[in-house]
Amino acid sequence: MTVLGFLIPVSLILGGIGLVAFLYTVRSNQYDDPEGDSRRILNDDWDDHPKP
Amino acid sequence: MNKVMTATLHPAPAAACPGCLAVPAEPVGAPLVDARIALSLPTIHCQACISKVERGLAAQPGVHSARVNLTLKRAMIEADPEIRAEDLAEVVRGLGYEAHELDQTALGVTSTDSAGRALLLRLAVSGFAAMNVMLLSVSVWSGASDATRDMFHWISAAITLPALAYAAQPFARNAWSALSAGRLNMDVPIMLAIVLAVITSLWETALSGAHAYFDAALTLTFFLLAGRYLDHRTRAMARSAAEELTALEVPRALRLGAGGPQEVALAELAIGDLVLVRPGARMPVDGEIVEGRSELDRSLLTGETLPVFAAPGQAVSAGEVNLTGPLTVRATAVGAETSLRRMAELVAVAESGRANYTSLADRAAKLYAPGVHILAGLSWLGWLLATGDMRVALNIAAAVLIITCPCALGLAVPAVTTAASGRLFRKGLLIKDATALERLAQVDTVVFDKTGTLTAGTPEATNIDENGKDDLAIALALASASAHPLSRALATAIAARGIVAAPVDDIAEVPGFGTEGRLGGQLVRLGRAAWVGAEECGGTAAWLSTGQGAPRAFRFTDALRPGAAEAVAALRQAGMQVLLISGDTRQAVDDLADRLGIETRIANARPEDKAARVEALRNEGRHVLMVGDGLNDTAALAAAHVSISPASALDAARVASDIVLLGTDLSPVAEACEIARRATRRIRENFRIATLYNVVAVPLAIAGLATPLVAALAMSTSSMTVSLNALRLAGRK
Repeated sequence: MTVLGFLIPVSLILGGIGLVAFLYTVRSNQYDDPEGDSRRILNDDWDDHPKP
Repeated sequence: MNKVMTATLHPAPAAACPGCLAVPAEPVGAPLVDARIALSLPTIHCQACISKVERGLAAQPGVHSARVNLTLKRAMIEADPEIRAEDLAEVVRGLGYEAHELDQTALGVTSTDSAGRALLLRLAVSGFAAMNVMLLSVSVWSGASDATRDMFHWISAAITLPALAYAAQPFARNAWSALSAGRLNMDVPIMLAIVLAVITSLWETALSGAHAYFDAALTLTFFLLAGRYLDHRTRAMARSAAEELTALEVPRALRLGAGGPQEVALAELAIGDLVLVRPGARMPVDGEIVEGRSELDRSLLTGETLPVFAAPGQAVSAGEVNLTGPLTVRATAVGAETSLRRMAELVAVAESGRANYTSLADRAAKLYAPGVHILAGLSWLGWLLATGDMRVALNIAAAVLIITCPCALGLAVPAVTTAASGRLFRKGLLIKDATALERLAQVDTVVFDKTGTLTAGTPEATNIDENGKDDLAIALALASASAHPLSRALATAIAARGIVAAPVDDIAEVPGFGTEGRLGGQLVRLGRAAWVGAEECGGTAAWLSTGQGAPRAFRFTDALRPGAAEAVAALRQAGMQVLLISGDTRQAVDDLADRLGIETRIANARPEDKAARVEALRNEGRHVLMVGDGLNDTAALAAAHVSISPASALDAARVASDIVLLGTDLSPVAEACEIARRATRRIRENFRIATLYNVVAVPLAIAGLATPLVAALAMSTSSMTVSLNALRLAGRK
């Protein structure tokens, strides 16, 4: 059962990464305009160079 | 290039703090703060629209940044302070999109919803923790024993305690405030269940016991937070849509100063200021006309459709619409002192028909909260007396509290309300009040206002074909030269018949009277009866005098609002009594009532009469739905059991009503009643489902047979069932 000693921390850390990533998206206003963001990806304005 | 501009033009980062902008601006001359402008763009819908608008706005000199939010259909612009929102709106209109300025102060200080975000974070944390603990619990249930089980329990405790300390805060706060006020609410048993579950579980874990309720405490928090979040989102959506409606009416006025008219905020006007009111604009203040002649549309205040003649010396009140000529008004009352605002406030104070309505959820909570406490207390006492073992008794009490947890109850109402409001929103109805749906479901009597509610507020000529072609040609020439609503309606109607305007020269509009011109030396006039030398007749009419024969009358009726006939028909079919109460003249009211087939109609009703009538119906035991838009309706809107106002209504009327009709179409009203009825039925069903689960599981818990596995199963399945049951409402056609 020593494998548990690795697996439990590993699973907790992986889950924690997901949680932190979600918290980050909420805090950085990524859900303010879901409809607009899903369409902005089709925008080809900055295809050749990044937005200044 | 863009980079350079932003770098050089971007002044101090003052605009980074939106709250600073709510502070009255510094005196003109030291404008260092960026202006933040919001535009409403109702017609944008695609990626190309976003790019086009953003690029068009960014290309304007003085604009630092422009960002379009497609979800809110809004553009936020940061620009130099001297940039005017109206100019930018004009730019966007030039690109081919509808654009309206939004009043920043009405939009609320921050656009992001911090309370909703906090709830979402708590939901995420409790969800994450619940999943992990649930996995550990599954291993325990499937047979982990001895040291492994203890280890799993300790890990669960280590996850649960901090997660609950963060995620359960809203419940703790609510429970505390209820307890300190000496009351019980839903949150008290919730908090008790969570705290007791954690304490007994820790105790059991310390003694290497088999049963720990960590997973139950977390799942309970998760489900309840989900309910709260849904509830919050529905409200936030309604609030932001309502704010947007208010923000569309930018409170500005043209003040006449030494240097000509100047645009100022309404709040800056003082008594004695001269205000210029352009044709088509609403009176910003109470006052007296000092210059100009025109006609006033008072329909929003009185319900009367007939425009009133306005000349110097006459008193005007805020909210009236100036129709033909520019007027200069000396303000006698401004801001909160205007009769409009005073009346609106009176309404707010007046007793409202819904003040003593208890929502279904509250009624359930009233039965539920004491019941649960008594049940848990009794089972604790019973087991303590029977076995004398505190540990067992406490375990049982915790199990009872968890099993009876109001997860399903907490989800039953928000899930249904969210589904139903979402559906109604797509149909163009904005539910402002949380209990409006339940109240709407009880409606058996519908009272309509006439002007602006059943009618569109635009006149329609009725007797054009009774006139000769030559007369029509002259009327067309004269009517085309004026912006008066009657003239515009007449011109469109005649032009639609393929008639060409007569060659009338020297056409001039005489504000307040009509339009005149010369046809081959002969004076021709189109306007008020007295002005063209005719006898006044009942109803709305414009008179044409051509110098030959008696003046001819063009009669008008108000055009029906689209969907009005369908709405009335559907409501009658649903077995509801429909009434029409209007402040307009008997003839106008009768005409409309006959057209729509409404039998009970009341004309010449003053605002008090309307409210009294609604009150009387209420005392007869009827549940009245009031649909109205004017200031004369607000008292009735507040007195009714539930009320609807169209988006074109006065702000005061919209505030007084529970539901706002966003489109121009009236037909969703009947459908809304139907959906509300289905939603309420669904809520009751959900309560029954939740009760059924409790009836099955509670005896098990009291008998001491409820293991954490049983608790988890009962809780999750009942929550899932009620959520799915609620979703049926959103999906079905």
